[in-house]
Amino acid sequence: MNGQTVESSDTHYRLQLKGITKQYPGCLANDKVNLEITPGEIHALLGENGAGKSTLMKMIYGVTKPDGGEIYWEGEQVTIKDPSSARHMGIGMVFQHFSLFETLTVTENIALALGDDAGDLEELTKRIVEVSKKYGMELHPDRHIHSLSVGERQRVEIVRCLVQDIKLLILDEPTSVLTPQEVETLFVTLRQLAADGCSILFISHKLNEVRDLCHSATILRGGKVTGDCIPAEAGATKMAQLMVGDDTPISTDYAKSAGGEVFLSVKDLSMLSDDPFGATLKRINFEVKQGEILGIAGVAGNGQEELLAALSGEHILDKAETVNFADTAVGLLDPRKRRELGLGFVPEERLGRGAVPEMSLKDNTLLTGFLQGLVSFGLINQAKTEQFADKIIADYKVKTPNRNAAAQSLSGGNLQKFIIGREILQNPKLLVAAHPTWGVDIGAATAIHKALIELRDQGAAILVISEDIDELFLISDRLCAICDGELSPSKATTETSIEEVGRWMTGVFDSPQDAA
Amino acid sequence: MFLKLQPRGEASKRMSYLSPLLAGILTLVTGGIFFIFLGHDPFHALGVFLISPVSDLYGFAELCVKAAPIMLCAVGLALAFKAQVWNIGAEGQLLMGGLLASAVALQLIEAEGFWVLPVVLLSGALGGALWGLLAAWLRNRFNANEILTTIMFNYIALYLLLYFVHGALKDPDGYGFPESAVFSDSATLPILLEDTRLHIGILFAMFAVVASWVFISRSFVGFQIQVLGLDSNAAKLSGFKHKRLVLLVMLISGALAGIAGAGEVTGPIGQLIPSISPGYGYAAIIVAFLGRLHPVGIFFASLLMALIYMGGELAQIELNMPLAVTSLFQGMLLFYLLACDVLINFKIKLNKSQVAGAEQNTVGNA
Repeated sequence: MNGQTVESSDTHYRLQLKGITKQYPGCLANDKVNLEITPGEIHALLGENGAGKSTLMKMIYGVTKPDGGEIYWEGEQVTIKDPSSARHMGIGMVFQHFSLFETLTVTENIALALGDDAGDLEELTKRIVEVSKKYGMELHPDRHIHSLSVGERQRVEIVRCLVQDIKLLILDEPTSVLTPQEVETLFVTLRQLAADGCSILFISHKLNEVRDLCHSATILRGGKVTGDCIPAEAGATKMAQLMVGDDTPISTDYAKSAGGEVFLSVKDLSMLSDDPFGATLKRINFEVKQGEILGIAGVAGNGQEELLAALSGEHILDKAETVNFADTAVGLLDPRKRRELGLGFVPEERLGRGAVPEMSLKDNTLLTGFLQGLVSFGLINQAKTEQFADKIIADYKVKTPNRNAAAQSLSGGNLQKFIIGREILQNPKLLVAAHPTWGVDIGAATAIHKALIELRDQGAAILVISEDIDELFLISDRLCAICDGELSPSKATTETSIEEVGRWMTGVFDSPQDAA
Repeated sequence: MFLKLQPRGEASKRMSYLSPLLAGILTLVTGGIFFIFLGHDPFHALGVFLISPVSDLYGFAELCVKAAPIMLCAVGLALAFKAQVWNIGAEGQLLMGGLLASAVALQLIEAEGFWVLPVVLLSGALGGALWGLLAAWLRNRFNANEILTTIMFNYIALYLLLYFVHGALKDPDGYGFPESAVFSDSATLPILLEDTRLHIGILFAMFAVVASWVFISRSFVGFQIQVLGLDSNAAKLSGFKHKRLVLLVMLISGALAGIAGAGEVTGPIGQLIPSISPGYGYAAIIVAFLGRLHPVGIFFASLLMALIYMGGELAQIELNMPLAVTSLFQGMLLFYLLACDVLINFKIKLNKSQVAGAEQNTVGNA
């Protein structure tokens, strides 16, 4: 990729796994997994959610122990008994969900994570500056975490690994939270790191990125290695087939639609965030027609949450006419009344807003489905609720033992299918979906995209807010972007390009008033 | 430390039922040890404390007399706790219920008829409900923490009651004692078993148990209360009315505590006196958690708590112990319950490496 020659001989692996097996109650998470990484290699670990990637990483990082198999570190067989010994060996890991304290500074957070190894804070600060400069990751050590963007927070996590002597860096789905530009910056850093001899284990399910970045790839499915390949040569389709198996359809192109009558119209929406660190919305205008999908791109924290709250009714507006469903002004209505008028809503947080983690799927059906005749005279109609829950599970192929399983026991993809199914089966006239496939495996993402397209073709107006540009281009009929609380003009997907939307995402567009 | 706590990953259902039992056993063992130190045969002492009180029909009746107010309060508290509304004020709501019921009963002291008692009981419910609503309003309006307000309201209620029992409601023919006149028969709860004090309050309590069970598990409002408690963001997104639900649970739990208070003054006491509750409202907090916030659990936990009250009285008589032994047992029970509840989410492991433990925690928090 960048001129780094990968040692092709097997004389000197940095890390070698032989026959790693891990059994969890009721599930063989890893089944005789073999994997080799040489110094300076960027190695992809590909697989859907539940394929066993996390388990494997956790064993390398010493969080759990394998039931069978051997781990060799620089040629010697080792037992990694805990993360701190992994760190001392030179293994660093960046988790998908950051573990940072919002009210502390960058340095303090890193010092906390390092524990006794942190040493003097001033020394550490110097080291942080040094490392972040060297690898092109601008980072101010005295800033508080809450003032950092997601991309910057990720840098903190990476720098945390780099301030120590690092030989293997493990990154769990690092790009899922970044803009295309940020992804490029991250890749530059990673390539430079690899050029310096650090091995990188890159966990992902985004094939394009793996093809761009990684020297080699190991693909997992159902806990087993289904193949090894050179991503640059293998091609996305082949890797995808290895990931999901032959029976799952992978990607399709969807026909675009022009839409009909306007259903949702937002007029001159300006509002202050409920969150002290949130974005202020500035004169936002847009419309969504029946039978079309409008996609709003943007980096997290640019006003998406505020816009969503204004649409869902969680934030009641000052003027009714600011948000309209067809001819009804709904700006002053609460979420329930908006649902009665045909709103379906898929929030960003699956657990904790879209579904109550501790409650069963049946109860979570009732959570938003209560308007579908599931309640009579104030009492819950158990039979109907169960029927509805079963219908969602069956129609949307939600993998779960039964409707009484707790929402938190489902994988992200399955829970998202459940939530989307729950909303769609209520026949919404307007569906607002935030990050509908965030952290979801390809199979589930495809199913969700199909469901959205189908709903569109039935004539519903759909608004999708996502950080995943590829996804937006795939399913949206029209696109715009939000930046710092302002909305760009929108264009038909066929008439714009990733570059243009990328520019909108950074705030380069004329005037928000042009948006139609 | 040789032992360390390891997160279980998911809460253990079995442990959540075993924990109250374990807490009970540990309380018994500690209680036994405590009796040994005081120079008593532990088995005899525990026998006096826990078995003798219910060895005859009268004892059993007394058990129900004491269990009734605890059960009423605890059922209401459980509802509030489910919504994550931390009502610590059942005691004050009970006192206000007793006070208002007494005031009405004294107004109606000449009246006769079947309607008198319901009016008195309803005023009790009203007194408790208003006292609860006040805290709910403060929370909704000013974001005032209901734990603090309800505790403070307990004291205000107590002193209000003392003020009236020493003043306006004092029996003019009572030789200056701080007691009201004895209520009329029409304003007194009927007795269920002859020659005992067992009154129909226990039926109210049992009805409340069943009704709250149906309410929480079958009604849509009950569902909303649970969602609010588990996940207020989901409740908000679904359009459940947060403030209204808070008002509702405080209204219900206040009213139930108020009925408990009214039941005390119109039942076993028969008049308003300065001390109408030996801390039933506080005991009910322990009972609600001991019963896992579930009506059936609360039913049994109330009986146990009532037994501890009776045991404390008997230990005072037969073993010459101070009445504080009751509070001691209550305290131990709560203490052990909280300790055992840790085991629902954590398991105990022998600690092999301390470093591993520390690191595990940081990763667990990730």
